[in-house]
Amino acid sequence: MNELMRRMLFLPEQASQYARDVDHLHYFVITTTMLAAAGVALTVLFFFVKFRRRSESQTTPVVNPKPIHEVLFIGVPLGFFLLWFAIGFPQYVRLQTPPRDAMDVYVQAKKWMWKFSYAGGPNGIDVLHVPAGRPVRLLMTSRDVIHSFFVPALRLKQDVLPGRYTQTWFNADRPGRYELFCAEYCGMGHSAMLGEIVVMKPADFDAWLADARRSGSPAVDAAMSEEERVDPRQSLPEQGRRLAAEYGCFKCHTVDGTRHIGPTWLDLYKKTERLDGGKTVVADEGYLTESMMDPRAKIVAGYQAVMPTYQGKIPAPEIAAIVEFIKSLRTDAVKVEPSKGPVYEPIRK
Amino acid sequence: MNPSESSVVYNTPNYLNAESGVRSWLLTRDHKRIGVMYLVLTSAAFALGGLFAMLIRIELLTPGPTIMSALTYNRMFTLHGVVMIFLFMVPAIPGIFGNFFLPLMLGAQDVAFPKLNLLSVYLYLVGAVIAVWGMIHGGADTGWTFYAPYSTTTPTKVVPILLGAFVIGFSSIVTGINFIVTTHTMRGPGLTWDRMPLFVWSIYATSVIQVLATPVLGMVLLLVAIEHAFGFGIFDPARGGDPVLFQHLFWFYSHPAVYIMVLPAMAVISEVVCAYARKNMFGYKAVAYSSLGIAFVGFFTWGHHLFTSGQSTFDAGIFGVLSMFVGIFTAIKVFNWTATLYQGAIKFTAPFAYVCGFLFFLVFGGMTGVALATVSLDVHWQDTYFVVAHFHFIMVGGTIMAFLAAIHYWWPKMFGRMYPEGWALVAACLIILGFNATFIPQFLLGNMGMPRRYYSYPAQFWPLNVASTAGATLLGFGFLLILVYLLISLRHGKVAGPNPWGSRGFEWNTPSPPSALNFPVPPVFTHGPHDYTTGAESPPSAPGEPEHA
Amino acid sequence: MPELTARAAPPLAHHFVTMRQQTEAARLGMWLFLVSEVLLFTGLFTAYSVYRFLYAGVFEEASRHGVELWAGTTNTFVLITSSLTVALAFHFARLGRGRLAAALLVVSLLLGFVFLGIKAVEYTNHFHEGQLPGKYYTFAEVQGPGASMFFTLYFIMTGLHGAHVVVGMTVLAVMAVRAWREEFGPEHYAPIEIAGLYWHLVDLIWIFLYPLLYLI
Repeated sequence: MNELMRRMLFLPEQASQYARDVDHLHYFVITTTMLAAAGVALTVLFFFVKFRRRSESQTTPVVNPKPIHEVLFIGVPLGFFLLWFAIGFPQYVRLQTPPRDAMDVYVQAKKWMWKFSYAGGPNGIDVLHVPAGRPVRLLMTSRDVIHSFFVPALRLKQDVLPGRYTQTWFNADRPGRYELFCAEYCGMGHSAMLGEIVVMKPADFDAWLADARRSGSPAVDAAMSEEERVDPRQSLPEQGRRLAAEYGCFKCHTVDGTRHIGPTWLDLYKKTERLDGGKTVVADEGYLTESMMDPRAKIVAGYQAVMPTYQGKIPAPEIAAIVEFIKSLRTDAVKVEPSKGPVYEPIRK
Repeated sequence: MNPSESSVVYNTPNYLNAESGVRSWLLTRDHKRIGVMYLVLTSAAFALGGLFAMLIRIELLTPGPTIMSALTYNRMFTLHGVVMIFLFMVPAIPGIFGNFFLPLMLGAQDVAFPKLNLLSVYLYLVGAVIAVWGMIHGGADTGWTFYAPYSTTTPTKVVPILLGAFVIGFSSIVTGINFIVTTHTMRGPGLTWDRMPLFVWSIYATSVIQVLATPVLGMVLLLVAIEHAFGFGIFDPARGGDPVLFQHLFWFYSHPAVYIMVLPAMAVISEVVCAYARKNMFGYKAVAYSSLGIAFVGFFTWGHHLFTSGQSTFDAGIFGVLSMFVGIFTAIKVFNWTATLYQGAIKFTAPFAYVCGFLFFLVFGGMTGVALATVSLDVHWQDTYFVVAHFHFIMVGGTIMAFLAAIHYWWPKMFGRMYPEGWALVAACLIILGFNATFIPQFLLGNMGMPRRYYSYPAQFWPLNVASTAGATLLGFGFLLILVYLLISLRHGKVAGPNPWGSRGFEWNTPSPPSALNFPVPPVFTHGPHDYTTGAESPPSAPGEPEHA
Repeated sequence: MPELTARAAPPLAHHFVTMRQQTEAARLGMWLFLVSEVLLFTGLFTAYSVYRFLYAGVFEEASRHGVELWAGTTNTFVLITSSLTVALAFHFARLGRGRLAAALLVVSLLLGFVFLGIKAVEYTNHFHEGQLPGKYYTFAEVQGPGASMFFTLYFIMTGLHGAHVVVGMTVLAVMAVRAWREEFGPEHYAPIEIAGLYWHLVDLIWIFLYPLLYLI
């Protein structure tokens, strides 16, 4: 039944459980729509045959509705619409709340390509490798205009905005290659901004990842523009450490837990910070990014608002690297030999 | 200005032959002549927008480049959208039929502010000239939605297009104010609100949206133009701006604008259904109030365009639920129109064929709209051809069907001549068939995941695109055929007489074409429109004499 | 402007039945026009609110160090006074005392010029201090994201309001001439009434702009 409906509606294959669930709602909605349209059309046809005009000056009685008619006219469609919503909205909520154990991949869009960065390296252009059956969270930002990350097989779409992060997640359960489109109009190369999601068996993926980390893929990364100062052979946290030093972050922030002009970065990620006004905030990617862009918006209690803004001064990929560096600073993680780079937790879990 | 003026000889004095010369048209304050001017201008705009549409469809005939470059293609779809929406869809039905028939239906001699009415034509013209000038000098490539920061950074000529739309916005506001005031203050004696033709109710609701929403669009377009010209950074994140704010402000107008485009269509259908079914409207009050309901609730649903833009999940839920309610008002209308046929005396004519098309397309287009507001489904469909197909079902399947119904239904009243019924039915078949062939494949393309505004596309989308282009060709021939026979009928059509349809809408109580002064004797209204309970036709008009007075 | 339609020498236009109908139409038309004007500014107020929320601290500083409180306050008094004189002009025009009404309108016009003059002084200061929109912003005292945004909005909002002041003054000038010619009286006062409505709207919008830009 699922397969028949899917083919009749020209839907692409379903690469995740979410896609299958959404499709079931789709079948329900489209069937109701078609029945309603056909119902109206047939009623019109029936009335037309039955109440043809017999003479040019034919009279007709005044027919007015009883209240029950209007109640039905309102109630029946409203019932269906609200039912659709009641099914559809929880699915959307599910799409908006990534599971905690998801593997993070940074996505940077620019005219007209996609760049994917894994926390521990490597980077990929236009091709995203993911393991089947494991949730993957995408943290996305754009360098220029709005793009939109669209994978039809996953029934997934999320706009990618400049100057801020958006996120989405998926759990692809069928190994295969799926198309990736840019769905928000972005200029001349919009229709050529295509990519591919390669879903691999978990074991294959782990092997691929280890291999890619060892060898690096400088050829691929040369495709990104010259302004790129992120060395593709380094993992993101390593790049972040170098960049943080360059930007002078360590003048105020320590990485060993000592209190300085600003809060320490050690164990900062996912920590619940108490703010100046008494509110609290969880130091997630969004908060860390915001603190670089607009440091005065949320000041941690007990600190002065002295940090300058880095809005427009740090390009998006470098912010990603620094955030990733902060995330890597865990009490248990920094013990690892520095040359090998910090361990990225979610992947090894 | 108008081909009919010199070529048609009428026996009776009327608004067309009351004065002659180009000046008498350019400086006219007669609402009927202004309606005819709008007919000429918006039809020219429709032809231009249609030309862009055909070029787009031809380009999409093959997966790769076909006849133009990517940049040209991007300009084409932008200009298609801008021309069709701002120059045709928004002004057409209110501008032509609203101007012509609203005062006639109210028993008034003119709209409340005739000079402002003329001003609105000229504002439209100025806006159109600015926009067309921009198109000739490059044209924008942003899509009609002008999303920042693309629109503020693209090197193409965005500013004249934006300013053109801004000026046309004022034309729209002026028309809206005029209709609201006319409805409030110019109703003839005895014409209470619950006797008003449903056409007036719907145009009234449209005008409310025009007055309330258009200024916000004007402001946001102006902001984009300022930012593009001077680099102020209002929506550009590189300067601290917020691109999503643009989307909110834009859709605050542009979602209600959908109803600016479709409510006048509903206005027309309410008249045409009654006239050809010889039947009073089933559920008059429900249909009348649902127009106001659409105008009201339509203002609170704009967020359903932003489900994938990064607005909060909470907002998505609120806008999602509210969007479910706005669909209800349309459902009420559809059911009541259908029920109006019950126990009627239906005559099948070309306008009625368009009504049948309209009902089917509106149900399908409307319900796919509600489906799109079903949040999780929208994630897949957003910015794909499914959305394109959905709003073309509403805009073409709804508004243009109604426009065609209106022009056939009122052609004898406006110009005193009949159109050729046989040819009109052929054209109606071509258009309804062509319409389905164009846009049903686009629904399927959307399901497959083809994003909109794609210049080239992967090969799996090819067959359906060919089908869509073939359908568009049929559609194009249909429109050409209509243009040809309507122009011919101006000179050679059968003389219509005051009321060829036996319609009991109030506007038919005048000679065809109506005289320059609408009513020598102001009519008195004793009952609502479309009362077919008595046998005798309203007397072949002593001009201006009220029905059954 | 609807008042122009009502000017015709025989005051009752052909398409109206009674004078009362005509006056009502003009008045309702003007109110609708004012509604659409308010919504024109609403777009800007929304943008202001959003950015104020995003950049609360910087906006506060920019409003404290960037704009002159005395100028805004004086202008508020100037505009409110001019609204009073317009209201009085309407009152006397209706009583048939056209000359007095014209004089009061001239006072309003002068107050309008004072307003524009003060605004011009403010603008000059902003230019010298580099308190300019977007990329032209060079004001050292207030820095940070959103600082230039404050002045972008400041210039667009006050600029658009200034344009409305100029239009309003033109309308008032026409009304002053017509009042001087004793065109108005107890039966015919709609034009000056709706001109007054427009001027009050211009005033009202300033009353919203003043706290947003100068006080909070």
